[in-house]
Amino acid sequence: MTVLDVRTVTKVYGQGAATVHALRGVSLTVARGEYLAIMGSSGSGKSTLMNILGCLDIPTAGQYLLDGVDVSRLNDRQLALVRNRRIGFVFQSFNLIPRTSAVANVELPLAYAGVKPAERRRRARNALNMVGLAQRGDHEPNQLSGGQQQRVAVARALVTEPALVLADEPTGNLDSRSTEDILGIFDDLHAAGRTILLITHEEDVAARASRLIRLVDGQIVTDVRQQVLA
Amino acid sequence: MNAFEVLRFAVRGIGANKLRSSLTMLGILIGVAAVILLVAVGNGSARQVADRIEALGTKTLTVQGVGGSGALTPALAEALDDPVLAPDVASVSPVTSTQATLTYQGTEHSVQQLVGSSPSYFAASNSPIGDGAAFTADDAAQGRPVIVIGQTVADELFPGVQAVGKEITVNGALFTVIGVLDEKSSASGFMDANDVAIAPLSAVQQALTGYGPLTSIVVEARTPEKVTDAQSQVSLILSQRVQVPSGSTTQPYRIQNASQLLQTQTETADTFTTLLGAVAGISLLVGGIGITNIMLVTVTERTREIGIRKALGAPRRVILTQFLAEATMLSLLGGGLGVATAFIGSNFTIVGVRPVIVPSSIALALCVSVAIGLFFGSVPAHRAAGLRPIDALRYE
Repeated sequence: MTVLDVRTVTKVYGQGAATVHALRGVSLTVARGEYLAIMGSSGSGKSTLMNILGCLDIPTAGQYLLDGVDVSRLNDRQLALVRNRRIGFVFQSFNLIPRTSAVANVELPLAYAGVKPAERRRRARNALNMVGLAQRGDHEPNQLSGGQQQRVAVARALVTEPALVLADEPTGNLDSRSTEDILGIFDDLHAAGRTILLITHEEDVAARASRLIRLVDGQIVTDVRQQVLA
Repeated sequence: MNAFEVLRFAVRGIGANKLRSSLTMLGILIGVAAVILLVAVGNGSARQVADRIEALGTKTLTVQGVGGSGALTPALAEALDDPVLAPDVASVSPVTSTQATLTYQGTEHSVQQLVGSSPSYFAASNSPIGDGAAFTADDAAQGRPVIVIGQTVADELFPGVQAVGKEITVNGALFTVIGVLDEKSSASGFMDANDVAIAPLSAVQQALTGYGPLTSIVVEARTPEKVTDAQSQVSLILSQRVQVPSGSTTQPYRIQNASQLLQTQTETADTFTTLLGAVAGISLLVGGIGITNIMLVTVTERTREIGIRKALGAPRRVILTQFLAEATMLSLLGGGLGVATAFIGSNFTIVGVRPVIVPSSIALALCVSVAIGLFFGSVPAHRAAGLRPIDALRYE
């Protein structure tokens, strides 16, 4: 069962002399339950690819099918629905809403999905429990460490039970212990059958994925399935 | 996302930056309160002027002698009371007025205005009797030394004592107090309307002023609507009776009409109110610009947050309503508090004027403040909600 089907996607920024080809025809299919790591040096287009996969950006050319639906044909409202229901996004810089408690942050996607408050609270608590932050639900982001903030962000990505979890360098800003916590959560999710896409430039992070793609200058150069360590 | 949820988000947004929110509200509060209060002050002063003039009587005309010409005589006054030539004149009161010193058992009081007139003067000058009685036509004809005094005079000469029936001296002549006037609504300008004494014309002439010309003639029309008719009839009779002295082009008398005076004064007061309202409107506008500024800063500052919300699946409409609800709530709260402030402020006398709130100014000020919030909130919110999530997220 294919979750992602990317067909010769290109992305061009700027015009004239300042034109940057961030993606030069990337094709990729990802099956349900895969744990995929994308590596590449900075400027290789991995973040651009991730943004397109997360429906945050639109490709210049090419097709992108998510669960068999051509995303480029959707209007603003439908795209919002896709982002809400199908995708859980984890950012490098956490991107929690400031001055808002952890549990309210986790509830947010459910609020936009129209879930009732009591149900919302219950599911948000469950998600926080899963990332080991059940006791910290009422803390605001600035009262949490970086690792804890990222775990709240992961809980927020998971709370709608999306088909696809996208993580854009989720451990880039974290120390090794917090990195271990986050990767442990991803391992559990993978074991539970979730589809995970993760961007990283750290070899040991990439080594935990079941499939590794390397991007150079906006093109896929290697695509290997690997034995999962640990 | 139902309406309640949107409101809760808006409350949270406002609460997130309390100082800024309260400063914004303060701007609107001051603007709204200033509009309502200043218009109320203008309105209050217009009322005050109208009250003063109405206290003089809206049915009366005053014929005033000009330049000591001596044109006004008791005979002329009698001529004005002519049912054929002047059918709209209800009564004519010849008036001579002077200053005098009243004495009662060693207590002296210098009265501003000692009026000698006929009994019709009480009705024409809107001076009802509070205690005792007015003098009668018979008293006037006989020239009996009786006198009716105003409240101020009664308080000065007879503190805590019944004034009616006492004998006082007026510049040495003996008069009997037969009545005390009702308290009149406060002073007209710098003169105390209650510092007055009224006696029969003949008695005053005999004892005090001598039989010279009258100070003025007070003419009462039958109804306030007939004042203009009465005025033209009076002026016709006067022009026939009074000779313009040689070597002068102006008439030796002047006719004043209380309702004309009222009209001019009301127009002046209206101009005053408009001016005050305009000044206050400017302050409301400045408050509005304050809101614009704050909303722009708020939305720009939260562009990233908008990006996050969109990445989590917030539809455009929800983002838009959230920010609009915030802006509207801010301006409504500020406006509401402004109305409350204006209501509290209107209980105090401001520069000698008791403000009278105009209901339409409340509605206007509130509507303007909400419109400002909606308009200036919607422009930046629209821009932010229309951003692609990736652009909003990248915003620093």
